[in-house]
Amino acid sequence: MPTDADQLLAVTLDGLSGLIAALIRRGYRVAGPTVRDGIIGYDEIASLEDLPRGWSDEQRGGHYRLVRRDDEALFGYAVGPHSWKRYLHPPLLQLWRARRNGDATALESDPRPRERFAFIGVRSCELHAIAIQDEVFLRGRHADPHYRARRDGAVLIAVNCAVAGGTCFCASMKTGPRATAGFDIALTELITDEGHLFLAASGTDIGRELLAQTPHRNATPEQAATAEKIVDRTAQRMGRQMRSDDLHDLLLRNLDHPRWSEVADRCLSCGNCTMVCPTCFCTAVEDSSDLTGAEVSRSRRWDSCFSVDFSYLHGGSVRQSVRSRYRQWMTHKLATWHDQFGSSGCVGCGRCITWCPVGIDITEEVRAIRESGHS
Amino acid sequence: MTAPHRRPRLAVWKFASCDGCQLSLLDCEDELLAVAGAIDIAYFPEATRGAVSGHYDLSLVEGSITTAHDAERIRQVRGRSARLVTIGACATSGGIQALRNFADIRDFTAAVYARPDYISTLATSTPIAGHVAVDFELRGCPVNKRQLLEVICAFLAGRRPAVAAHSVCMECKLKGNLCVMVAHGTACLGPVTHAGCGALCPAYHRGCYGCYGPQETPNTASLGGSLRALGMDERALHRIYRTFNANAEAFRCESDRHAD
Repeated sequence: MPTDADQLLAVTLDGLSGLIAALIRRGYRVAGPTVRDGIIGYDEIASLEDLPRGWSDEQRGGHYRLVRRDDEALFGYAVGPHSWKRYLHPPLLQLWRARRNGDATALESDPRPRERFAFIGVRSCELHAIAIQDEVFLRGRHADPHYRARRDGAVLIAVNCAVAGGTCFCASMKTGPRATAGFDIALTELITDEGHLFLAASGTDIGRELLAQTPHRNATPEQAATAEKIVDRTAQRMGRQMRSDDLHDLLLRNLDHPRWSEVADRCLSCGNCTMVCPTCFCTAVEDSSDLTGAEVSRSRRWDSCFSVDFSYLHGGSVRQSVRSRYRQWMTHKLATWHDQFGSSGCVGCGRCITWCPVGIDITEEVRAIRESGHS
Repeated sequence: MTAPHRRPRLAVWKFASCDGCQLSLLDCEDELLAVAGAIDIAYFPEATRGAVSGHYDLSLVEGSITTAHDAERIRQVRGRSARLVTIGACATSGGIQALRNFADIRDFTAAVYARPDYISTLATSTPIAGHVAVDFELRGCPVNKRQLLEVICAFLAGRRPAVAAHSVCMECKLKGNLCVMVAHGTACLGPVTHAGCGALCPAYHRGCYGCYGPQETPNTASLGGSLRALGMDERALHRIYRTFNANAEAFRCESDRHAD
């Protein structure tokens, strides 16, 4: 976020409401956090009223509960189980289908979405996760057209975190809690004696244009300083910490560490960690045919390196043991991702810790290897 | 396997079962005409009368083996079938009736029948694969009709059915369900249970009951720690696995680790 107070605008609740209305008017499909079934998840929203006003969450390994706040904050919680990959990289996607008609075959590809997305309340860790998936899907000679169709033109309205969740460790991964790049607009929520405000910075032309049309005032230096303090405090209150500068070599030096067997005893190989991870991108491709063979289709769905079929090669799965699957997931995420994509695959959002039914904690697993492994 | 000159012949066989899985095929209302058009349903007592002898390209087998007569009959069915697919918890693990495996069958027959001496039954209920070679096992109590259609289509096309053996958790996450265990503190067998139902119960905020049996690499011992933390005692941990798939190895072993 720019520290120059001149670039910061103060927007009221009504102003933010107008911003959402403007996005909808412009034809964006607006998605944001909303309370549903005891979680804060991402869903399409129609107005400010759909946001989780006055809610927060309590998170630790294998545990998530909504709790009430004593104020009316709209963004006073950490991330829930959903991530934006649900929209940009849908869980299930038909890639094409073909129909035989006499001697001719008609091929139809994935119907690309006509509308563009606008995401409200994107956290810094999630901006980094989206940037990582951009690298995975869009870089190189074979960009993924399905991802590109959803990603292009998407408006990202970020929120600087005012609350650190019990399993957050973005400060360790240097991916937050302050949004520094990749957003169109970044907001910081301020609830003070002056009222309920959002300090808004724009990161792109579309962000500037949207803010220019939103009623605002220039933020005062005091407001800007308060916003800085809020995010600084969040950085100091991370629920987890993990030294991250040496993970590549540390993990690859310890591929035979006994800890992999210990974690395999606890791991359910249920795949939850990979499903909730905002950067995990793997899919299984499945073909289907109808009874007569007149119509066939090919689709892809999220898969997980914790499933046996994931590593099925000729003759069988090469990762039969849960030990080998957990090790594959963690070493890819934290070590070989650097070799493949030039960054860590972990953004420190903590979802894999919270949503593991037995609370396996990636930061604890790293710590155990660091403390007793080959350094 | 599809002969060009004739429609493939399908048979549906019933052993010890409730007919629910056969009904899943009849439940394919919209698709049933297409099924009937594409294949010759040569033997299907639930839908038609009149047995047809001969050979079958695909046999779907429902139910478990609980009598000496059925143990012999399944061998005959296997002999008549180019491909044999078992459908449902009874056929793939022994079903709810496999609870007899943990007790004395004579106590049950004495409790239920006025003349238990008329009853001729085995002491156990066992899956079809324990008696003959099986080409594919479709899990569930009952089976999912879409998966059943997928298996039939796949066998007709000579391809592998797209039926995943991973956990129910992955189905929950694909659908965007919340996790009832983590977010509500509700005991759930989803992490150790085979996918296929579409995460039906968690979608309605209930824990998974394990109707599809163990997933490919279940870790019931580790899940037990979390279930205990959610308030389940030894007896509850014993009983939660003694349902439709009580005789499936992973569920049987975990149940046995806890006292009734």
